[in-house]
Amino acid sequence: MKGSPIDIKRPIVPLRKAGAAIRGNLILSIISALGYTGAVVLFVVMAFVVYNGVGVLSWDFVTKNPTDAMTSGGILPAILGSALLTLLCMVVVLPIGIMTAVFLTEYSKPGTVLKLVNMSIYTLAGVPSVVYGLFGLAVFVIVFKCGMSLIAGSLTLAIMVLPYIISTSEEAIKAVPQSFREASLAIGATKLHTIIKVVLPLSMPGILTGAMIGTAKVSGETAPIMFTAAAFFTTGLPRSLFEPVMALPYHIYVLATAGTHIEKTRPIQYGTALTLIVLVLGMNFVGIIIRSRERRKKAW
Amino acid sequence: MGFVSVVVLLMIAFFLFKESFKIFYTIGTIKVITGTQWYPTAVVPSFGMLPLIMGTISTTMLTALFAIPLGLATAIYIAEIASHRIKEFLKPIIEMLASFPSVVFGFFGMVVIAPILTTWLSPLLSDKLPTLIRGTGIPFFSTTAADFCYDKLFIASGLNMFTASVMLMAKALPVIASIAEDSIASVPRTFREASYAIGATKWDTIRHVVIPSSMSGISVAIILGFATIVGETMIVLMAAGGAAIIPHWIFDAVRPMPAAIAAEMAEAPYRSMHYHALFAVGVLLFAFNFILSLISDFVSKRFRKIKLGEKL
Repeated sequence: MKGSPIDIKRPIVPLRKAGAAIRGNLILSIISALGYTGAVVLFVVMAFVVYNGVGVLSWDFVTKNPTDAMTSGGILPAILGSALLTLLCMVVVLPIGIMTAVFLTEYSKPGTVLKLVNMSIYTLAGVPSVVYGLFGLAVFVIVFKCGMSLIAGSLTLAIMVLPYIISTSEEAIKAVPQSFREASLAIGATKLHTIIKVVLPLSMPGILTGAMIGTAKVSGETAPIMFTAAAFFTTGLPRSLFEPVMALPYHIYVLATAGTHIEKTRPIQYGTALTLIVLVLGMNFVGIIIRSRERRKKAW
Repeated sequence: MGFVSVVVLLMIAFFLFKESFKIFYTIGTIKVITGTQWYPTAVVPSFGMLPLIMGTISTTMLTALFAIPLGLATAIYIAEIASHRIKEFLKPIIEMLASFPSVVFGFFGMVVIAPILTTWLSPLLSDKLPTLIRGTGIPFFSTTAADFCYDKLFIASGLNMFTASVMLMAKALPVIASIAEDSIASVPRTFREASYAIGATKWDTIRHVVIPSSMSGISVAIILGFATIVGETMIVLMAAGGAAIIPHWIFDAVRPMPAAIAAEMAEAPYRSMHYHALFAVGVLLFAFNFILSLISDFVSKRFRKIKLGEKL
């Protein structure tokens, strides 16, 4: 095999020393044990938040406004704010992301341009979320004069999650077999018709899974909305797109670090964290379930 | 439509540079980057970013020390050792860990890890341990080791680089594990079978066949792990202590670059020098991650199947 990274001149199996097999098995068991680190961390953090937060959660907690200078009451405005930010973000990003993916998979030809586009998607995916926050501040808040607002925050989040949506949609579209497109073209459908009637419907579950997990990511983000949308306190729904909103992750951050009653609001912090985790991991979980179902169902 | 990503990337670069140009122009790029005094709100403000840069570098290194071995072990375990059922269980868990809200990790670091460090670990390491060492009476060793414990293992504040690193590990691990796992799983089965056929054990095969064959993917995993740690904001903002001083030891409080931006932007008046300076910090972060992306793109040339956009 050309360019194989394995050095064939060196014996792959070193000369056996006594105990080599035992040592190998020991190493394998250590690796196996370490392999559970992620699971352990997730369960410990979740168990901690659930243990402390479950007593706080109640119907009133999720349906009432905060009272007494944030030290009691519920978190309804933060839930609504997060929901609106996420919803608006998805409304903006999904059409753009899906159209980009269609262009990249169906229309673009391999070459420098495509390489440039792929490279930029890939680079965007690695830009730190706080830098997206700075960008949103400079562009949406200041240049577009939106101020700290729902719309500025949603657009910032949309730009942040764009590379993820493009990549997952692209994957889903690529998974549709070429023969399906050819069959459609053969019976006289145009290319656009084929994409709309054949390719997109078949790749929709995959695209929606990406959207679902993307939504989960977006709703847990704090840094991009800190200086573009998030407010410490509002009551109920914002009256227009140009008003700041409360958001669950920002609410946790503010109460835990900047409030004047950090210890006193601990229960609210736990409750908010639990609400956020339930929402984020819930959406994530649903996305993962849909995906594995689809994979099993797929006949091609 | 396809160019939307290129346009967005150029716009981000343009606005970051535009908003930070003034600070580089009036103070001088070298002076901004190598200055050791970060006092942006003092009467005579000073915008030396070295404490922030060193905060990021040291925190990243410490985190990498935990995250790379654990992430790679997770990847090897899932791809090579685990049974099908365990795989089906662990992979979604890793994915969920990746989209777990980092503000909750930061919160956990503040309310759990930090108190554990100060009330339990610190007395143990800086009080009980040196007494024990001194009790052994070994000449030279007992006094120097005990002094080291008194001196270095006393943890004044639980919000420090170590606490932040522990939580950052949770954020970097899934990135490293999932990319490395993809690359390990894509090593052809025949390579492994050939190795087993000449009598290699499982560990021999992993060490001498699987890992060398997937090295480029593993390198990409590590590079993007670094990128994740450098850019992570909420954890370092909440759990790293926030002191803009060049750290000397792992229990020092630090203020890495993302934390500085997040903590100070709200109070920096629009178009003040402070505002421009924070955008300059953003430029450094952006440039750093841009370089990491270029490197990993270069490394992954040999490993085209990787879907990087989905991993971040």
